[in-house]
Amino acid sequence: MLQKKTEISEQTVWMLAVRDNRDRDAFCALFDHFAPRLKGFIMRTGCSAAQAEEIVQDVMLTVWRKAAMFDPHRAQVSAWIYQIARNRHIDVVRKENRPVPDELAEDPGSEPDASQILAIEQEAGELKKALSSLKPEQREIIEKAYLGELTHQEISDQTGLPLGTIKSRIRLGLERLRHELKGMR
Amino acid sequence: MSAITHHIPDAILAAYTSGSLPHHYAVAVASHVSLCLQCRASLEAHQNMGGALLDATDRVAVSGHMKADLLAQLDAPVTPEPVYTRQGIYPRPVVEALKGQDPRWKSVGMGVRQSILSETKEGSVRLLYIPPGQAVPDHGHNGMEMTLVLQGSFSDETGHFGVGDIEIANEDLDHTPTADPGEACICLAATDAPLRFNALMPRLLQPFFRI
Repeated sequence: MLQKKTEISEQTVWMLAVRDNRDRDAFCALFDHFAPRLKGFIMRTGCSAAQAEEIVQDVMLTVWRKAAMFDPHRAQVSAWIYQIARNRHIDVVRKENRPVPDELAEDPGSEPDASQILAIEQEAGELKKALSSLKPEQREIIEKAYLGELTHQEISDQTGLPLGTIKSRIRLGLERLRHELKGMR
Repeated sequence: MSAITHHIPDAILAAYTSGSLPHHYAVAVASHVSLCLQCRASLEAHQNMGGALLDATDRVAVSGHMKADLLAQLDAPVTPEPVYTRQGIYPRPVVEALKGQDPRWKSVGMGVRQSILSETKEGSVRLLYIPPGQAVPDHGHNGMEMTLVLQGSFSDETGHFGVGDIEIANEDLDHTPTADPGEACICLAATDAPLRFNALMPRLLQPFFRI
């Protein structure tokens, strides 16, 4: 049985406080939650601790400066920060600016839709559960892929893996996002 | 927009999300996503996947002074970087590669023009202008070739491609993309090795001279 989420996660609450009120305490809470995870995540790609900390510093500064771009109806805080971290990592390691798509802006002054935010969080929770049920070697491949260590060909060659659950979770999230994005046009 | 029928496979989107996709292809993927809601939703689903992994990562303690250093920087003045946005038919990644300037077209023969956005030994990405009814001159490419339609449309042996459609061809595909009648076709093309037009060779002989 799925348990229906009724409260928005504290990470999202912190991020909205940073975005809307420039709340420093909330920013500190985000730092305490994400900085050690980001450092661990980045070090898994072979970066030294010092280099990883430099990237974490840049990422958290971007979180503060670009907070206006965060849209809880489409992404988890962790997803938004994940993408910032990957972009920064590539900028640093490859010394090239990563091409990004045109932004889809929220309607100015639109009220947050709690049910949509909860739906995204619910989806992410299910995705996490699916991830934790993977065998260690399957999980390692997924991690490698999202840490940028597999080429598209290598990712595509992994189709033999029983990744059905993950794929169906991505698809479900996709349906919801597609619906949400349609409303923005 | 709703007419987009050729999309980006999941493995390529995942590689783009994680940053392992080479730069020239990433320009094409980011441009397609700018035009295509379906692939944008897919991309955001991949980002949520990355976020779930980040959240589940083992924590490694950061240096004690880091938070204070960071807080001290929050109010520092920021020099704004140029922010590029879509201009006419060109999505942001193309405008960014052009640094906000107009394309600088150069003829490659038979009325076809190109404007190279970037070219390295790893690969290249360029705009192509193909007059209505004209076939793209024979071109050698190794590996994957991505072609995104920005204006008009083209057809080849595999199908019909309109604005926003992306064709992803491997090197085995011997195709002759031809602009449809009506409007000139403008495409964004990303290839692995530098693209070489064999403009001086008669088309009939080209199969014998393909590299």
